[in-house]
Amino acid sequence: MSKIRKELQVAALCNGTAIDHIPSNVVFKVVSLLELDKLGNPITIGNNLESKKMQSKGIIKIADKFFEEDVVNKIALVAPNVVLNIIKDYAVVEKKRVSLPQTIKGIVKCNNPKCITNNEPMPTFFKVVDADKIELRCHYCNLKIKKDDIILK
Amino acid sequence: MSNKSLVSITDYSKEDILRILKLTKKFDENPNRRLLEGKVCATLFFEPSTRTRLSFETAVNRLGGRIIGFSDASTTSSTKGETLKDTILMVNNYADLIIMRHHLEGAARYATEVSSVPIINAGDGANQHPTQTMLDIYSIYKTQGKLEDLTITIVGDLKYGRTVHSLIIGMSHFNPTFIFVAPEELRLPDTYKNFCDEKDIKYEEHIDFSSEVINKADILYMTRVQRERFTDLMEYEKVKNVYILNNSMLSESKDNLKILHPLPRVNEINQDVDDSPKAYYFEQAKNGMFTREAVICDALNIYVE
Repeated sequence: MSKIRKELQVAALCNGTAIDHIPSNVVFKVVSLLELDKLGNPITIGNNLESKKMQSKGIIKIADKFFEEDVVNKIALVAPNVVLNIIKDYAVVEKKRVSLPQTIKGIVKCNNPKCITNNEPMPTFFKVVDADKIELRCHYCNLKIKKDDIILK
Repeated sequence: MSNKSLVSITDYSKEDILRILKLTKKFDENPNRRLLEGKVCATLFFEPSTRTRLSFETAVNRLGGRIIGFSDASTTSSTKGETLKDTILMVNNYADLIIMRHHLEGAARYATEVSSVPIINAGDGANQHPTQTMLDIYSIYKTQGKLEDLTITIVGDLKYGRTVHSLIIGMSHFNPTFIFVAPEELRLPDTYKNFCDEKDIKYEEHIDFSSEVINKADILYMTRVQRERFTDLMEYEKVKNVYILNNSMLSESKDNLKILHPLPRVNEINQDVDDSPKAYYFEQAKNGMFTREAVICDALNIYVE
């Protein structure tokens, strides 16, 4: 390993959550899914970083913040392989993977312009019909949405 | 959500379907029963549909109920920007039951989540129209004397035809054999073929509408091939006269064959079929009224003697 690689590309965290292995193209989607823009905590976002496992990755570090499971599971919609490192006193005390919940309220937009959810002030609601392939079905108009077609609100 | 609402045929189990058929039979024998005396039913037709509205309103009238509502959203506050939620909450104050048709898909499902009275979906865009399916199933039951083990040939627009998709789901409880006949562009979507596979339902797919597919059938379900469904108009021109039934095609068909059509018909059933004893589409429409009487009473938990 070269000398440069040994340097941390993103500063270490004392306490908080480090979300690693985010595909570069969805880093900012993860930011909005977790509503990080509404947090006052110190947040470091790194993107287009070198990765051994993937071509290019992003990392998000949020100081003094530990997320509820149903919140982090939203990430599975766009990045099913991310790893959450729970850090306490500079040490990783837990590594978490995300898993898609059975239903998704809000967050995702229905792709059917004639769906009631696109015409009324109401939250969307989807059932996850295939958690591996990430396929959703609108509870209202029954449209099936494949992973690549998922649009976040 | 009121669990007596009817939004989709998938809300009904096999037992529910059989219960509704039993009720429908009672109304078929005697449609005039004053079971809704003192009750008010709202027919909210955000999208016009004269045929469906008249059928529902006749059903309510024959049950002795009163009707409020509208037949066209242009005369309502929705043109002023009122939400569906507000309209439903307002009508909730007046009516014991809401029958609604809406151009937006999922509108009826959403209404059940807002409403304190049962909702009957009379069609939500291209999505669901469950009383149509129930009247189709009743028509099959009435003409064949059973629902089990029938061969049903379905012809026309199998891709977008909402009645076709719901019929497949509704009949799936009764071990049918389906013969699907459609032009290449309007073939049955994979979702429904997968559904048949999962349920071990036998089916064949054909592009040719020949006497072969008619002669095997107990039920011939015709639908309209609509010009606006085609991306390639050349393709439409090629097939527009292919999926037309005329009387001579019925010569070798089974004695018990009945021809159904959700109506309106344009030219897909030639008028010379109308006088055949096998033509059943107008009686089918009449069965719709009995079916709707049954669905309304079921939704309101009204006992029918």
